Amino acid sequence: MFKKYDIIVVGAGHAGCEAAMAAANLGSSVLLITMNMNTIAQMSCNPAMGGVAKGQIVREIDAMGGFSGIITDKTSIQFRMLNRSKGPAMWSPRAQSDRMRFAEEWRLTLESNLNVDFWQDTVSSILVKGDKVSGVKTSLGIEIESDAVILTNGTFLNGLIHIGEKRFGGGRAAERAATGITEQLMSLGFESGRMKTGTPPRVDGRSLDYSKMEEQWGDEERGRFSFTDVELSKEQRCCWITYTNSTVHETLKEGFEKSPMFTGRIKGLGPRYCPSIEDKINRFAERERHQIFVEPEGWNTVEIYVNGFSTSLPEDVQYKALTLIPGFEKARMFRPGYAIEYDYFPPTQLSLTLETKLINNLFFAGQINGTTGYEEAASQGFIAGINAHQKIKDNHELIMKRSESYIGVLIDDLVTKGTEEPYRMFTSRAEHRLLLRQDNADIRLSPIGHNLGLISDERLQKVKDKVVNAEEIVDFTKRHSLEPSSVNGILEEVGTSAISQNAKLFQLLSRPQLSFKTLRSASPSLDELLGKYNKETIEEAEIKIKYESYFEKELEIVNKMQRMEDHQINPEFDYHTLGSLSKEAREKLMKIKPRTLGQASRISGVSPSDISVLMVHITR
Amino acid sequence: MSQTHASSPNSVVISDTIVALATASGVGAIAVIRLSGPQSVGIINSVFKGKDLSKQASHTIHFGTIQEDGTILDEVLVSLFIAPKSYTKEDVVEISTHGSPFIVESIIKLLIKKGARAAKPGEFTLRAFLNGGMDLSQAEAVADLISSNSQASHQMAMQQMRGGFSTQLQHLREQLIHFASMIELELDFSEEDVEFADRDDLKGLIYQINNVLHKLIRSFEQGNVMKNGVPVVIAGKPNVGKSTLLNVLLNEERAIVSEIAGTTRDTIEDEMIIHGVNFRFIDTAGIRETADKIEAIGVERTHEKIGRAKLVIYLIDPLETMNEISEQLNYLRGLNIPFLAVVNKSDLLTEELSGKLKQFDLAYISAKNAEGIDELKEAILEKVNLHKISTDDVLVSNIRHLEALQKTEGALNRVLEGIENPITSDFLALDIKQALYYLGEITGAVTTDDLLENIFSKFCIGK
Repeated sequence: MFKKYDIIVVGAGHAGCEAAMAAANLGSSVLLITMNMNTIAQMSCNPAMGGVAKGQIVREIDAMGGFSGIITDKTSIQFRMLNRSKGPAMWSPRAQSDRMRFAEEWRLTLESNLNVDFWQDTVSSILVKGDKVSGVKTSLGIEIESDAVILTNGTFLNGLIHIGEKRFGGGRAAERAATGITEQLMSLGFESGRMKTGTPPRVDGRSLDYSKMEEQWGDEERGRFSFTDVELSKEQRCCWITYTNSTVHETLKEGFEKSPMFTGRIKGLGPRYCPSIEDKINRFAERERHQIFVEPEGWNTVEIYVNGFSTSLPEDVQYKALTLIPGFEKARMFRPGYAIEYDYFPPTQLSLTLETKLINNLFFAGQINGTTGYEEAASQGFIAGINAHQKIKDNHELIMKRSESYIGVLIDDLVTKGTEEPYRMFTSRAEHRLLLRQDNADIRLSPIGHNLGLISDERLQKVKDKVVNAEEIVDFTKRHSLEPSSVNGILEEVGTSAISQNAKLFQLLSRPQLSFKTLRSASPSLDELLGKYNKETIEEAEIKIKYESYFEKELEIVNKMQRMEDHQINPEFDYHTLGSLSKEAREKLMKIKPRTLGQASRISGVSPSDISVLMVHITR
Repeated sequence: MSQTHASSPNSVVISDTIVALATASGVGAIAVIRLSGPQSVGIINSVFKGKDLSKQASHTIHFGTIQEDGTILDEVLVSLFIAPKSYTKEDVVEISTHGSPFIVESIIKLLIKKGARAAKPGEFTLRAFLNGGMDLSQAEAVADLISSNSQASHQMAMQQMRGGFSTQLQHLREQLIHFASMIELELDFSEEDVEFADRDDLKGLIYQINNVLHKLIRSFEQGNVMKNGVPVVIAGKPNVGKSTLLNVLLNEERAIVSEIAGTTRDTIEDEMIIHGVNFRFIDTAGIRETADKIEAIGVERTHEKIGRAKLVIYLIDPLETMNEISEQLNYLRGLNIPFLAVVNKSDLLTEELSGKLKQFDLAYISAKNAEGIDELKEAILEKVNLHKISTDDVLVSNIRHLEALQKTEGALNRVLEGIENPITSDFLALDIKQALYYLGEITGAVTTDDLLENIFSKFCIGK
């Protein structure tokens, strides 16, 4: 019934969709197996993409030829660039999406690719020949062959849903869990663990009183995720902010004795960074209120996502507490919040390509690796899809560097350090974050995508033009001065000191109050030059002018550390022969099998003196 | 884990046994030869007549003889240090012999014949480091130790080796890390209402760190002086006896420290150690060439030399007029460098002359007759103030450390500036991160290969 595929992708969430699409675009024949074809690319939790550090990841995926950015742009109902008041490395795009449109758009995108086939079924085990994966077996008993398999099972592996004292098997509300895979992988020698995450209740927007909440609108001048020319909707929808209060907290506390979190029924570790409301109240008892973001789930639907109110308390407690929040007095609940426990596989069992070390051609991506978040999942899927294709076609592997992308930071962290709790990206995880900005993701990564064949010549040319043109604008500002008479009016207006003699544009632009936008009218020749270029190019030039000196400082350290990354280590090196390493270091190094000295230095339990020993050894 | 240490035969790093003279070469009462490596005990046992050393406990001393083909080379004491309880964490054997270069050489040759290998400079320390016996800053201090040639710099290196220096910095670094994480929290959770890191507290911490940095940076100058010698310029008019003084100083000291390499009398710079402090005496050719007028000192090259000096010894001929002497002393005062005005040829002094000279603050010597030299040395030590530097003080002697300290200070000052005219916290974080990076380079928390290169170039390990 089935031909032999190049690659089988198990699961069609953010990781699975990107994996299937990337592999198919590279030329592999792909079978995407999902339990339910109506829930492809479900946003199981928040109907939003991006945010601090996460938005940068989506830009990176897009810059290399992935689709999360395009689909978000096509389906977003609100866009905000977060952290505008900080430096450009902190600027983080975030969009609210229409949940149903998002899923539909992904499905249509996958359907448009002739290399992608679909099959609705549940994979119960993988097929293994020797030390290599050879396909999958489904719950219908069908064996399907392939050269590689990518597992993106999300929260479905032995998923267990908790609402108060009730608990039932499930991978997502109203969907079955997947069983068998964990047990089989463990019998093959994999370690597995248990994690927990949660989601808030959804309510009927018609039952809310928005006049009691603060409005939160999107950016007037709307940004985007994709570097392509996806058309953006001109309209945006409003979101709202409201707050919990002490009566809400007291009411929630009434349910604590039935909370699966506090009674110990949930064994898995949840994300500290995305705590449930009961966790927030419990851990930060001194806080009198917590923020609640009220987010529409789409253009037309009345369903509302109650961001900040993730909970697994009994549904009646959830309801009672909700109605005590200003604006929610008459709230009608659509779906209760719940917690879900699921199996994951500590990602230290993977190599930097996301292939498992135990079974060749088997790749893991997404929550199965202990991460949380659509963006983290999508980027892993994307890289796993590429590497699965590269592996079976005998092409070079793709390993992203920490100094060139958040994706590189993410994978290196997972594979090198592992994670005990759901891993979420932060800008602080990227030691070179000043260079890993959303504005330059295309400059950093499109050449890689082009090299793979995922970015067209035309797109690459656009990136090259952006670099050259931005440089031209910067040069112009170094050559051209403005006279006091033409600019002092503007300077006064924006609240910065006037000039007494001609000043170079470059100098003026380094003042925080000034920008091309404010100075454009003061110089016809500047206005003419800027008129030639698009918004992104002008922004790139402005960022360079204002922050170049910082970037150079960062580069100085990158270059110093890069030398550590350049020291290759044979992954098969037998560390037991290095008696001078600490015992812990030897064991960890044998387990992780780092590729470089830099990677070795990030393994917990490997001390600087262990690294010195290694360095002396491998460099002599 | 200790059992699998260096003595394990399949250790790829260290499998051979090295030997070297551990005490200074030359004639002395005793000399100590050191063996380190898995075959240490076996090798010594094969040439030692006395007890069976392989059956003795660690940290014991044994009397016996070293014999080669039935001939006794020397009576010796053998100390055993069994791995890992030794300096190198390998089996170490120390042989105390009589201090004759001939005996020492014969024994080392014999040990090499029995399977040991002559150690390269610093190789014992390298092994100690590789076996986890010391951290990087300690290893670096040992490298300094190897190249140190005076008691003061030796003590300084020892002080660093004990780790006193990095502990203090490590502590400060931890506090800074705490602040860095507060700032990061602010950045990553800007959308949520988190509490911000208190800028005043941060400033306070930076002031505190800067104080320590200042102290350390200042101490570098003194540390540098200890390591490289105190530059002392001997100046004066032609034929006043500069060379004679230099020779007298050198001759006397040479008898004590005959082993200092590279000191030749023909150079115009010469090093010597006075009371454990290394001095570098510099003769100023400039004055010789430009003859008799005191203004001629203004010749640039000479000026430069004097400018670098910590002390000027200015020789005066007692037969000059009081005006001339007064003029020269005024010039010296104008230099703003500590100086000693010294009347040479004190044997020529009459009582009348002595009386007149009392108006000036002068020392008296006769270089030719080697009179007043001890007093001069005391005066030199007094003037450069070196006995006030306690070698127990934390000192920075390594140029790499100095650079890192300066870069740390620079970064922290930018943080302060950034707090004053507010820049956003992501850029504050960058400067804090840089400060942490450079502090880490000193304490060993950050490992970079240039650091290792710097250290092990002194250990000449093979590439």
